[in-house]
Amino acid sequence: MRLHASSTEIPLMSDELTRDDVTHVARLARLSLTEAELDTFTAQLADILSHVADLQNLDLEGVEPMVHPLPLTNVMRADVVTPSLDRDEVLSQAPLAEDGRFRVPPVLGEDR
Amino acid sequence: MTARTAVALAAEIASGKRSAREVVNEHLARIDDREEELHAFNLVLADSARKQADAVDAAIAAGETLGPLAGVPVALKDNMCTRGVPTTCSSRILDGWRPPYDATAVTRLTEAGAITIGKTNMDEFAMGSSTENSAFGPTRNPVNPRLVPGGSSGGSAAAVAADFAPISLGSDTGGSIRQPAAFCGLVGVKPTYGAVSRYGLIAFGSSLDQIGPFAHSVEDAALVTEIIGGHDPLDSTSIAQPAMDLCAVLETGVDGLRVGIITDLMGDELDAEVVAATNAAATALEAAGASIGHVTVPAVLSGIGAYYVVAPAEASSNLARYDGVRYGLRVDAANTGTMNELTRSAGFGDEVKRRIMLGTYALSAGYYDAYYGTAQKVRTLIAREFAAAYENFDVLLCPTTPTTAFEFGAKADPMSMYMNDLCTIPSNLAGHPAISVPFGVDGDQRPIGVQVLAPAMGEPVMFRVAAELERNQPA
Repeated sequence: MRLHASSTEIPLMSDELTRDDVTHVARLARLSLTEAELDTFTAQLADILSHVADLQNLDLEGVEPMVHPLPLTNVMRADVVTPSLDRDEVLSQAPLAEDGRFRVPPVLGEDR
Repeated sequence: MTARTAVALAAEIASGKRSAREVVNEHLARIDDREEELHAFNLVLADSARKQADAVDAAIAAGETLGPLAGVPVALKDNMCTRGVPTTCSSRILDGWRPPYDATAVTRLTEAGAITIGKTNMDEFAMGSSTENSAFGPTRNPVNPRLVPGGSSGGSAAAVAADFAPISLGSDTGGSIRQPAAFCGLVGVKPTYGAVSRYGLIAFGSSLDQIGPFAHSVEDAALVTEIIGGHDPLDSTSIAQPAMDLCAVLETGVDGLRVGIITDLMGDELDAEVVAATNAAATALEAAGASIGHVTVPAVLSGIGAYYVVAPAEASSNLARYDGVRYGLRVDAANTGTMNELTRSAGFGDEVKRRIMLGTYALSAGYYDAYYGTAQKVRTLIAREFAAAYENFDVLLCPTTPTTAFEFGAKADPMSMYMNDLCTIPSNLAGHPAISVPFGVDGDQRPIGVQVLAPAMGEPVMFRVAAELERNQPA
């Protein structure tokens, strides 16, 4: 797995993005892919990343990253109770709810 | 010819010339005629629209004060929450979900008297430029049904172009209002980031997304932008100022304004006819009293590269919430981890998966600085170059799209589809407003859009220029 590089250089992805990388990323993103999808996505993502790699040709010396398009500060509100969403209405839209909570299958136990 | 614009329809209803019920029925009849062919909507709200129209007519009969859009039908992109009404983002993953609240922009339109006539089709989660990525099938361009309407707000554009509603709302993350507006011959507005509340807009790229209108006229677009704009405490990125006065400036003209043509977006990678229309628009503005110059903003050419890091990165984070627990679809499994994975794999389409993986990759350990950090620096660079350009110009001018509307399947590989956003993405990255105004057609009678860009909160001057272009349409 190559996902430990620490360089700030953008690697030349078209050469380097592998099926293993995409498998790993899909796992991180909780997506399961078929073998055919893996081939297609690997080629497409490599193509997109090679376009992105052009950014390394820019002179970005001394340019600060834009954190946000607006000069924002923290937004505070008065510490008073205001109406919020109706719990039953929210829970009624979940796939499964019980006793005022979202219900899920067991979290612990056999992995995958 | 019956009234086509929201302003004209509202006047007819308010004056009693026609009832709101009649106006709504007329639009529903057009939907009956052409919707099967065009597929602008995911959901048509005929019954509730008629009911709301009757309420408007009752209010008129009772002599009540009416909102500026009383009785006017509006179509909403299906990524805006509508309480109790299915909201899908054109994705299977939100199957059956009914939001427990309304988006602020929707609330404001409703308070102004507008009647929601339907929820419009879109590229799934607003990821696309043709509306071919909808889980429910594509929308067709009413101008020429062999062509895509653009995207991602293709349904909202088609709904207005087909007179299913005089106005609609879309969302614009990299051009998703302006590009379909150009393709369908409409006015489309991407407001300043923070000028319109994003509360209840289902998030794609949170630092880029803005809601804005589609309309037949600059006046309608200005009116809707006014109504939905202004501070909203429910969106912490909302600018703490009231909505800008826009309708009041439309007749001001452009005398003395300095208009800069962005030369970087007038080159060979764009259709010659689109470039020619943009030059013709500049000439028209000059004849109306503006001074025209040329300016180079080279960083805009790096916009697509930066955007396809920032937008997928934010999307991968925003779409993590679709895990089969809280809304819509769940594919059951023996444990939660497997359930999450099966649900997401079944619920998301290919383009959404592609962008989630791209974003996950760009944010993953070791690559964060190289990708996300670099892309955020490019945003600063674009903003700096725009700021320098605005020292000499009041507005900037360029095409909205590199080409006019294309045929279905014409941009099958993702990168060629992404190139569509060349001229629109820089405004999202900088957080600036931009408007697409129809300006002629190409040799195949496909509409051409010309784009007016302004600095943050520059909507008043942007709308002045747009109104002048509307008054000086090519023969």
